[in-house]
Amino acid sequence: MTKSANDGAFVEFERVQKSYDGETLVVKDLNLTMPKGEFLTMLGPSGSGKTTCLMMLAGFETATHGEIRLDGVSINNIPPHKRGIGMVFQNYALFPHMTVAENLAFPLEVRKLGKSEREEKVKRALDMVQMGSFGGRRPAQLSGGQQQRIALARALVFEPELVLMDEPLGALDKQLREHMQFEITRIAHNLGITTVYVTHDQTEALTMSDRVAVFNDGRIQQLAPPDELYEAPQNSFVAQFIGENNTLNGVIQSISGDRCTVKLDSGDVIDAKPVNVSKVGDRTQVSIRPERVEINKDRLSKDAHTLKAEVLEFIYMGDIFRTRLRVAGTEDFVIKTRNAPDQVRLQPGQQIEIGWLAEDCRALDA
Amino acid sequence: MAQNDSTTGGVMLAADGTPLKKSLDRALRAQKIRALALIAPLLLFILVSFVFPIGEMLLRSVQNTVGTDYIPDVLPNVVVELEEWDPASGEAPPEAVYRAMAIDFSAAFDNKLHTQLGRRFNYETPGMSSLFRKSGRPVTKLDPESGNLKEAFLEIDKDWGRIDYWATIKANSGRYTINYFLAAFDAERTLDGIKLKDPDERVYQKLLLRTLGLSLVITLCTLALGYPVAWLLADLPARTSNLLLILVLLPFWTSLLVRTSAWKILLQEQGVINDIWIWLGFEDRLSLINNQLGVIIAMTHILLPFMVLPLYSVMKTIPPSYLRAAKSLGATNTVAFLRVYFPQTTPGIGAGGLLVFILAVGYFITPELVGGADGTFISNRIYYQFSASGNWGLAAALGTVMLVVVLMLYYIYDKLVGVDNVKLG
Ligand SMILES: Nc1ncnc2c1ncn2[C@@H]1O[C@H](COP(=O)(O)OP(=O)(O)OP(=O)(O)O)[C@@H](O)[C@H]1O
Ligand SMILES: [Mg+2]
Repeated sequence: MTKSANDGAFVEFERVQKSYDGETLVVKDLNLTMPKGEFLTMLGPSGSGKTTCLMMLAGFETATHGEIRLDGVSINNIPPHKRGIGMVFQNYALFPHMTVAENLAFPLEVRKLGKSEREEKVKRALDMVQMGSFGGRRPAQLSGGQQQRIALARALVFEPELVLMDEPLGALDKQLREHMQFEITRIAHNLGITTVYVTHDQTEALTMSDRVAVFNDGRIQQLAPPDELYEAPQNSFVAQFIGENNTLNGVIQSISGDRCTVKLDSGDVIDAKPVNVSKVGDRTQVSIRPERVEINKDRLSKDAHTLKAEVLEFIYMGDIFRTRLRVAGTEDFVIKTRNAPDQVRLQPGQQIEIGWLAEDCRALDA
Repeated sequence: MAQNDSTTGGVMLAADGTPLKKSLDRALRAQKIRALALIAPLLLFILVSFVFPIGEMLLRSVQNTVGTDYIPDVLPNVVVELEEWDPASGEAPPEAVYRAMAIDFSAAFDNKLHTQLGRRFNYETPGMSSLFRKSGRPVTKLDPESGNLKEAFLEIDKDWGRIDYWATIKANSGRYTINYFLAAFDAERTLDGIKLKDPDERVYQKLLLRTLGLSLVITLCTLALGYPVAWLLADLPARTSNLLLILVLLPFWTSLLVRTSAWKILLQEQGVINDIWIWLGFEDRLSLINNQLGVIIAMTHILLPFMVLPLYSVMKTIPPSYLRAAKSLGATNTVAFLRVYFPQTTPGIGAGGLLVFILAVGYFITPELVGGADGTFISNRIYYQFSASGNWGLAAALGTVMLVVVLMLYYIYDKLVGVDNVKLG
């Protein structure tokens, strides 16, 4: 039980590995540090090991290797019920044979709190999720969203410092989900709770979190605040996974500082910003967001490279226009333009020239 | 203008103008007839082979018959004459009764009913069977007109003067009787009215309590052994649990008789278990069979699957996240189990318990083979009354009592637990 050197850290994963079958690693070398009060989201495709990480933190799975620390204390050998971590399960796991109030009182009872104190805390927790009048109901008599709130209230009622949520909004419809996203972040920030949130909905991750950890293949691919994740993806997995993205393949032709030119497989040359390429001749996949593509040549610098494009499809989406182009041999190059009064509406078959600012086009690993 | 309105006078009309309710009924009738046709063969089979015979048996518990005839039909004159006689007077019946008996007895003799009649009365008052058998031919020789029949009867056998015998006949002069039920509850008619028998003669009460008590013990044993097994099965991945479930069901594929006999071999004085016991260095052989212990062991084993299956099917539906949730909320393993898991398995316990208990109460073969003297169930006694003793009325009365007791327990159970809470699959 040694206090870790890293004082700002509340939750720490250090070189954690996990294997269920002794043959494959589901979590490979996980390192993660969270300060107190942070809202961190684990985002990633199915099977990337998010739930496994959460379960190791909660104590329901043991790490095969490495150390997990909570507030500086190693918790590898502490059983789940002594960790004092609140948890919201995907199916809510409200006890069906107890009323809502009994569900909420459960963690207080096992902590041997007095009756009046219990009742007061239950009431406060119910009010917090705006379910004050539902204490006498059974979970089965509640709608999905209401059950969700109760599950949240139950995870918070014993005032844990850390709360884990595994896809808590997965079963809700879009509108309710957006509302609950707001509620959860509001409550988490008001109470100053440290939260680890799992989802594979990227919008949810981007809107709710202080930082997002993108998981793939048992590793954290990038850990960054939402805007950085979207605008400055560190590798092509993250670029592809977060938001819509155009990719082009080619070879680095020249590098100077934070500018490089890439010779595409079609023979065209474009400007880009080198992110994880190091030398001339490296293969690269460049990534550019649809809304950062410029179709008005006048707005680009004089010496910028441009590409010829043919309009294949124009889709009117209300607030934006979405146009599909044939560019440098690919037919799924998409650009998005804002529906402004002066915006041109492109016609299929039209020949145009496109370009971009070099820093918006990121040369990533191939 | 044609009005496009499908209601007239508040009644919904279908497209063709008939009331909606009527056309719905018509549409549903075809379905109902089809459903009825599908269950008809089974229904008929059950009616003919099950409901009728049982109903007939239940009737027998109150019918006052010899063979197929009611006693008042076999002894019409005696019944009429006995009406005047009061057993409490302490005197034998008057001459008229004896004359009536001479007439009725001869008729019964011709129909070969007199021995059955004797046996019938013998259930209630021992000794009457031999009296009726002995008196057969001599009574037919009597002249009903002689005017001195009382003496003639007493000459044939002086027991014809016994008041309790005549009282028995008088007590059975109706078409229906509660005497079988009195016997089933260990009561009897005496000259001072209906009374319970002496405590050491109360066979059926003891048997009934023993049957219920042993069934309860067996139910608890199956629960104690079956609960952890079901839990393990529900917790394992599907492939393993299916394999193990087959092992649980394996006993079903062997005949009950074979399994019971196997227990006989295992448990007997010179059996496998006792041999191992001695080999382990103990002195005395255990008596594991022909007593209640043997019945409990064998029946617990035989009825175990009926407990495991409902438990398993209920536990299978409880997601593991409940236990995890409880632990994350701070409950120790024990508390999580007792407060969260166990309460959710009560429907399975209810179903398994009810099933095992009701099956156990009616068990016959196993107590018969391994029960010995103090391990028999009431069903064994019913069987004895049917086959060896031929007292179908008492057998039927005991069966009825059993049925009522089980229904009553079921009712109490419903009030306490709620049958809606029972889940069989
Ligand atoms: N109990 C287990 N036994 C064996 N393998 C498991 C177990 N739980 C998970 N796995 C495997 O570990 C890998 C990661 O699973 P995990 O549940 O952590 O994924 P996830 O990122 O939460 O996915 P999802 O988004 O679908 O929930 C998967 O390949 C899964 O098959
Ligand atoms: Mg998961």
